[in-house]
Amino acid sequence: MSTLDQGLDAPERRMYWAVTDGWTVARRTLTHLVRQPANIAWQLGFPIVSVLLFGYVFGSAMSVPGGGDYREYLMPGMFGMTMAMGFMNTAYAVVLDTTKGVTDRFRSMPMAPSAPVTGRGLADIVSAGLDLLVLAVTALVIGWRSDGGFWATLAAFALLLWLRFALIWIGIWIGLMTPNEEAAGNLFAVAFPFAMISSVFVAPSQMPDWLGAIAAWNPVSSTVTAARELFGNPAALGDSWIEQNAMVMAVVWPLVLTLVFVPLAVRRFQRLSR
Amino acid sequence: MSASSHAILAQGLQKRYGEKHALDGFDLAVPQGTVYGLLGPNGAGKTTAVRILATLVRLDGGRAEVAGYDVTRDPRKVRRRIGFTGQFTAVDEILTGRQNLRMFGRLFHLSPARAAARADELLERFDLTEAADKGTKEYSGGMRRRLDLAASMILAPSVLFLDEPTTGLDPRGRNEVWTAVRSLVAGGTTVLLTTQYLDEADQLAERVAVIDHGNVIADDTPAALKRRIGGDQLEVVLDEAVDLPVAVQAVAKVAAGEPEVDEESRRVTAAVDQRVSALTDVARTLQDEGIGVEDIGLRRPTLDEVFLRLTGHRAEASAVGDQEHTEVSA
Repeated sequence: MSTLDQGLDAPERRMYWAVTDGWTVARRTLTHLVRQPANIAWQLGFPIVSVLLFGYVFGSAMSVPGGGDYREYLMPGMFGMTMAMGFMNTAYAVVLDTTKGVTDRFRSMPMAPSAPVTGRGLADIVSAGLDLLVLAVTALVIGWRSDGGFWATLAAFALLLWLRFALIWIGIWIGLMTPNEEAAGNLFAVAFPFAMISSVFVAPSQMPDWLGAIAAWNPVSSTVTAARELFGNPAALGDSWIEQNAMVMAVVWPLVLTLVFVPLAVRRFQRLSR
Repeated sequence: MSASSHAILAQGLQKRYGEKHALDGFDLAVPQGTVYGLLGPNGAGKTTAVRILATLVRLDGGRAEVAGYDVTRDPRKVRRRIGFTGQFTAVDEILTGRQNLRMFGRLFHLSPARAAARADELLERFDLTEAADKGTKEYSGGMRRRLDLAASMILAPSVLFLDEPTTGLDPRGRNEVWTAVRSLVAGGTTVLLTTQYLDEADQLAERVAVIDHGNVIADDTPAALKRRIGGDQLEVVLDEAVDLPVAVQAVAKVAAGEPEVDEESRRVTAAVDQRVSALTDVARTLQDEGIGVEDIGLRRPTLDEVFLRLTGHRAEASAVGDQEHTEVSA
């Protein structure tokens, strides 16, 4: 074995490089944020505009079943919607790397094979954390408060990021199946109903029965409802089992999604060698 | 390293996409330190071959060794010894040139200091120092391709794969890339490049393998290939079709083969060995005979003609092979 390969296959070196390479790839995406701050503005523009639109334009006509202030009800929904739509960012980044040949370059290099995926995931979680920070500040400015205490508030944000984590794998899977950037633009058609047929804007009990059932079983609803409970915001809980067990389901749903989509994403990735 | 003195050795490579054979018994032996061109139309199997050799695509049959290691059994060792530049310029468009090279340096497992130093060296070598801190979005096509090459050269690989390195570049960008590739070769790197242009193979490659339907159908130096297909072409277009017999006679005297006559376009074409003297001889003869000439000149055989001669059919892009990976990954 020549010096070029020394220590290459030792397990502890592999672990070291898996972490280091993942961090290098993540730092690339985080550098994008620094070099293109306008992108964050665009990304956050949508939820912030939604806050203003739904909080103030429609908000006066909205009522929360069981009482409570609509804007208090809305804010955790906005947090959840931003997390839910985040899978598009993941998918779009994966499509760009695959069509521009960056994925192939990575695959032709002696780096840890897991690094493109772990790096992507890490970067997406960090930027989702930034999204939440900016949104939370916006929420505080318009008068939203968490009454849940420090740990409950932290737990709510952790659940929101847990949902975003699960969506990384869906994003990678979809990104690997999307042929080009133009097609990636159409993902809005999936993202809108996924984020909005949920308890983000209105309680499922206020929807027609069939739609309300779909909305209640949407993983986004469980996370948003659990966050509302933890923040001490009005939650407008319905009677259904899924709504009553939102806290458990906010942990279970992302776990299920992760268990389903990690193997799918890995298989798609391996198909690149076909 | 194995005892083999070949940087690349491929034996009987097979690759199928559905019913179609992208590679069908593909053989190639590239000696160390040479520049080898794979020449063929779209869909001939060039890209598939390069992607298999660069460990990106699994082969269905046969075996391949790159830099002394089997691509199937030791892909990681192969990856430490190769550089790969695909059909698309694979650099990050938002990062600067310097940031790109540092990132790839880290991913090649250089220390941060070493990656930074190597980035500076490569920027200098590929004439990108001035643009080093600009986002690569602002680069010209040729500059981006040079950065792409630089990224492939971080570990000073012994084998470099270039898949259509100048496709989509303007003539200036093409020249820039050619100069960069030549400097790599001077450093002793073995280069396998694919191209659709005979001209490019001629400029860069010491040997050329012509590929058709997943097979190597000819393997020779560019000069020998051109001789085999008849070398440069002398072409005369007359004002009047009635003068054709005289022109054919004049051309036949200097031609290496039988002249071809196209009555309709009043054109006589023939392969010639002594390019300049053939041209002047024919021009003088026609002038002395008082024959009106619309156009006379020498030109390189086109890839189409190479194909026509070697395979008996025109080089048509088939659906399988080179574009396959984009469809498969879709």
